[in-house]
Amino acid sequence: MKEYFSKYLMLRKHNMKVAWKKAKRSKMCYLFLAPYAIIFTLFNILPVVTSICFSFTYYNILEPPRFIGLQNYISLILQDDVFLTGIKNTFMIAVITGPLGYIMSFLFAWLINELPRWVRSVAVIIFYAPSIAGNCYVIFSVFFRGDAYGYVNAFLMNLGLIDAPILWFINPTYMLPICMVVILWMSLGTGFLSFVAGLQGVDRSQFEAGYMDGIKNRWQELWYITLPNMKPMLMFGAVMAITQSFGVCDVTMALCGYPSTDYAARTIVTHLFDYGFSRFEMGYASAIATILFLMMILCNKAIQSMLRRVGT
Amino acid sequence: MSKKKKQENVEKEYRKKLIKRRKPNRSIAGDIFLYLFLILVAYIMAFPIIYAVNAALKPLDELFMFPPKIYAQNPTFDNFSDLFVTMGKSWVTFSRYLFNTVFITAVGTGGCLVVASMGAFVLAKYEFPGGKTFFKLVTVAMMFSFYVTAIPNYLIINFFGWVDTYWAIVVPAFAMPMGLFLMKQFMEGLPTSLIEAAKIDGANEWRVFSGIVMPNVKPAWMTLIIFSVQALWNNKASTFIYSEERKTLVYALQQIQSGGIARTGQGAAVLVVVMVVPIAIFIFSESQILETMASSGLKD
Repeated sequence: MKEYFSKYLMLRKHNMKVAWKKAKRSKMCYLFLAPYAIIFTLFNILPVVTSICFSFTYYNILEPPRFIGLQNYISLILQDDVFLTGIKNTFMIAVITGPLGYIMSFLFAWLINELPRWVRSVAVIIFYAPSIAGNCYVIFSVFFRGDAYGYVNAFLMNLGLIDAPILWFINPTYMLPICMVVILWMSLGTGFLSFVAGLQGVDRSQFEAGYMDGIKNRWQELWYITLPNMKPMLMFGAVMAITQSFGVCDVTMALCGYPSTDYAARTIVTHLFDYGFSRFEMGYASAIATILFLMMILCNKAIQSMLRRVGT
Repeated sequence: MSKKKKQENVEKEYRKKLIKRRKPNRSIAGDIFLYLFLILVAYIMAFPIIYAVNAALKPLDELFMFPPKIYAQNPTFDNFSDLFVTMGKSWVTFSRYLFNTVFITAVGTGGCLVVASMGAFVLAKYEFPGGKTFFKLVTVAMMFSFYVTAIPNYLIINFFGWVDTYWAIVVPAFAMPMGLFLMKQFMEGLPTSLIEAAKIDGANEWRVFSGIVMPNVKPAWMTLIIFSVQALWNNKASTFIYSEERKTLVYALQQIQSGGIARTGQGAAVLVVVMVVPIAIFIFSESQILETMASSGLKD
């Protein structure tokens, strides 16, 4: 055992020496990377680390942080009903809009790819525009207005399906579904672009070879040729989809109000925003951020292992 | 008609047929269905944006007409000019808000372009200890949404004394993970021999970077620029900036927008002003962006 351990240490030392020598030789690389690395560490790595540290403390900015162990997490899970609603809503939104948006992105990218060149570029603009249109989603509050002037209400009342206008953004039963529609509308984002570009890069000769080998329709072509070729883009799209679907808060806050009736449209990020920027309970908010962060990473790992099996 | 000509004609027709032949594995019915379906979906996708533009063009009496019309009957630009009048009444002029946003967007994007490409260059073209790990960290960081890191970020920015200055928005924007990621993936496609040739000719690293690599990755520039502009242009920065004279245009516009029912038309005009810039940039640089995104895949 001891021998093994010392050998291991020696190996480590040797490796470190080699690495150090290599590092010394590639000083220039570090010099080039330095500006980015410093800023990146300061504003991306360090915040996550401090966030994890603060999550074990009580901190309200005015007083210095006080260590309280796991208290934040315990009260989050056992006492904070609103947080549980937030988790439930975030999961609902993520489970529905995440995969659906992802599939939609791919499906439309694939369908658009069949079009002639100039139609394709117009179609890409139309489909991509909602996700870069700033806060254009607030226009949905006009469509779903709570009185008879709202388009959806007027439409349904003219059809005779309902006889009184529905308060879309005040009644908890309708809030989440409408928010999901809006999020889906905006979900053809960066991942979609990556898919469109990736599909154009698939080697034409592979399709011809597949045709010779007896592929009969476009669906088989999709599963056996296109999808395996697109794996790296699919991974990238998955990362983007996770980010979008777990980070939902702007849409729900803008449409359903903040706070929303009965907290029915509260997401984890809204909760984080509430504690961090309205109540200044930074320790508690950090605990929420840490949980969200862990969830995102786990989800990412799960999806990546799933995507490895595509087309096999 | 001579025999020769006839033969040529036949040949021509044959060639035409060859060109016109449909792609394998595609049925006509499927194609028709595809077009109909795409047109329908495209209309649904575009409808809210069309509606917003129309609402911005409606004169006052049409805005509150009952039953409401979706398309403006007598389009005017009154709402836009009203917007400038309202802006003019606040003690900070419109041009100042515009300057703030343009300054933040331009400096942030420019800085990001230089800083991220320098990092991406060495990550893509050289092997050095720690490089791979660093890149993995960057891909993980792509998942962070703004609010997850917002609190510690505030504390860090406060530590530097940057609260209520432009730097609070500009400097973190330099390290946009997406920028480095796209640049690195695109630069990997550059032939290494190009760099080696330059080195043999006696160029130092900086010359290689600025003279050879950067001009060759122009499509990636455009992509980085649009992502960065999109993020910065829409950045309200309400957490970091509270002085009226340093607020961004979007922030100021949204203050007008929340002015209630009397500002309905101006609110719609605000929507249009905010969304027109990123969409315009995208339209002008679409082909370059798609070229870059083709190399965006995540390999494990």
